[in-house]
Amino acid sequence: MAVDVLIVDDSAAIRKILQRMLGQAGFSLGKVLEAGDGVEALEKMKNETVNLVLSDINMPNMDGIQLLSELKANPEFKHVPVIMITTEGGEAKVMEAVQLGAAGYVRKPFTADQIKEKLSGLF
Amino acid sequence: MMEQKLVVDALRSATEGVFSTMLGLEVDSGTPCTDTEDPGPSNGIIGLIGLAGGWVGTVTFCCTASLACRMCSRLLHAEFEQVGEEVLDAVSEMTNMIVGGFKTEAETYLGPLGLSIPTVVYGLNFAARTIGKEQWVVVPFSCGADKFEIKICLSRNRGLPRPTVTTAGHLAVR
Repeated sequence: MAVDVLIVDDSAAIRKILQRMLGQAGFSLGKVLEAGDGVEALEKMKNETVNLVLSDINMPNMDGIQLLSELKANPEFKHVPVIMITTEGGEAKVMEAVQLGAAGYVRKPFTADQIKEKLSGLF
Repeated sequence: MMEQKLVVDALRSATEGVFSTMLGLEVDSGTPCTDTEDPGPSNGIIGLIGLAGGWVGTVTFCCTASLACRMCSRLLHAEFEQVGEEVLDAVSEMTNMIVGGFKTEAETYLGPLGLSIPTVVYGLNFAARTIGKEQWVVVPFSCGADKFEIKICLSRNRGLPRPTVTTAGHLAVR
């Protein structure tokens, strides 16, 4: 199954790394969309269908927690799994993301194996 | 400043982890020192992130353009020989990951901390200034022939109540 993914991070470097690591982890990539913050991500989601969102937390304009909240409150998007990939490794932030419906949580720095492990149950 | 050894250990651990995991590079850390002056005139690239919460401060990652290009090349699996958007973005993200790792460890004895969005400065013979007379802890590192420094200035946020969660003896106030 080809994975159509939206990668949300204010760092273009991290977006490229994640795309590369998804390939290294053995996932067949379909569409790969990129957004630099939550606002841009929601705009992309309105116009394109994806079956996975990878999102940073600490971003300008709209952070990843608010993006997650918006996606889970929208019947059209709430079933799309969202994996948070972030430097915010504290227990409180992880719990907040999980309670809002995040499908997983990966702390930066990360490896392709960690990405694969988090996604293995989803696809 | 909180106890210096805790700060240095947390910065070393975070830096070694980020370089090893994201770049496949080993780093060696040198003897840390303290400095009451702001970082002096510099050439190269500085990544800065602010910390806020019960404690406030700034962390800077200072490296040469050469090391920045090398880091970016390793990070993106492409060759970068000049500083441009990708290299600055790579320094920004490396700074973000290092400070994020430091924050996660430091929160166990400082309480919740927030991070600012990273800022990157690139140029020749520039100087940075921080308001106040706080002490900087400077941790030098080497990565092969390249050298870089991580500097941190951290003090209690006097506008907030004293933190109540501590581990024995881990907090000191100057």
